[in-house]
Amino acid sequence: MPEMLSLSNDPILFLSLMLAKILAVFIVVILIVAYATYAERKIIGRMQTRLGPTMTGPLGLLQPIADGLKLFFKEDIIPAQSSKLAFLLAPMMILVPAFITVAVIPFGGDVVIKGFAVPLQITDLNIGILYILAMAGLGVYGIVLAGWASNSKYSLLGGIRSAAQVISYELAAGLAIIAVFMLSGTLSLRGIVAAQSGSVLDWYIFSQPLAFCLFVITSLAEINRTPFDLPEAETELVSGFCTEYSSMKYALFFMAEYANMIVVSAITATLFLGGPAGPFAGPINLLLKVFFFMFLFIWIRATFPRVRYDQLMFMGWKVFLPLALLNIVITGAVVVFL
Amino acid sequence: MLESYLPILVLIIIALLFALGSVTFSFLIGPKKPSAIKLAPYECGMPLVGTARERVSVKFYIVAMLFILFDIETVFLYPWAVVFKKLGMFGFVEMGVFVVILLVGYVYVWKKGALEWE
Repeated sequence: MPEMLSLSNDPILFLSLMLAKILAVFIVVILIVAYATYAERKIIGRMQTRLGPTMTGPLGLLQPIADGLKLFFKEDIIPAQSSKLAFLLAPMMILVPAFITVAVIPFGGDVVIKGFAVPLQITDLNIGILYILAMAGLGVYGIVLAGWASNSKYSLLGGIRSAAQVISYELAAGLAIIAVFMLSGTLSLRGIVAAQSGSVLDWYIFSQPLAFCLFVITSLAEINRTPFDLPEAETELVSGFCTEYSSMKYALFFMAEYANMIVVSAITATLFLGGPAGPFAGPINLLLKVFFFMFLFIWIRATFPRVRYDQLMFMGWKVFLPLALLNIVITGAVVVFL
Repeated sequence: MLESYLPILVLIIIALLFALGSVTFSFLIGPKKPSAIKLAPYECGMPLVGTARERVSVKFYIVAMLFILFDIETVFLYPWAVVFKKLGMFGFVEMGVFVVILLVGYVYVWKKGALEWE
């Protein structure tokens, strides 16, 4: 068993590999974000018997690049009444937590480089899950700040609604995954993957089906996707907290939304589907699982109508919260008595 | 131990630079033709009515308070869940008592109508 590469035994190799892993993951996430917008338009188009984008490049494949360029050259409007600094900071405060959450997601086992074992993961925190929950919580500040700083009624209502929704469902999501840690005995994502490494039947989706369903639905609400996209309910709130944003600042919100989709898909794959386990190389397995969940999210968007706000709060507090608690008690009883 | 947080710091810096860079770049190359109406908050093209700096419904504050209460209880469950298998029966009964206390508060909040949304 080769020694684990660390800062003390080969600092130059450690730092350069660290940078390489970070840049690789960052670029992959940005690429998936760009092409998720294309995939979403294409898939929803097909589901509504339309074609989706076809004009830019072959099959419309250059559409995300055209969209990005267009947003770059748009006028950057800062409303006169807004709180300028907060208005400027808000999109970054949403984007940065969304992007840095990927740091703890393992995308493969160890590879041996120059006699050292190098984990295919940016960093393995022993409190990985708490880190993810903390970053998810930080994103709420950006939403509230964007809504408040715009000084527009639509933005304010969108921002506050969104914050209430995100924190309500964060609670249910946090409770739902506790049952997984009762089985794994660790909060490190690497440890959780290792605990599911036996066979396919060891994946926690089979021992924790209720937790899996709860987590997928609640995280859908947490990242403001349909059918829980009330903050951006365009029929009543125009565009919610990003109504006043234009140009690249608007693009940052958009990218954060898709980055959050990737992160949630990757977390679900790691907690319930064995992470990078599967027939191909580690990163490819994880990507396939992530694509599956993203397709599911897009499919859900094309299928379900938006829920009403009171229904949303009802579900979060009176259905998901008690179900998650019940799941913990059942898991505890099964582990102790069986 | 601290070295496992170094990559996160680097990632934060890269993400921040990316966000700052793209916003600054588009600010520099985008057109700038401000007008009083363009810089006004969007209100479906109608003349503005008051400002948005108003008080919001108290329901949102109740949700925020309930979130903090229940989230703290959730945080207590995390360390327990990690050592649950080692604690065995003792841990199960102990946390049963905790969950029952939590449920009493939950039922109280429900009955008081704090979870209703009209």
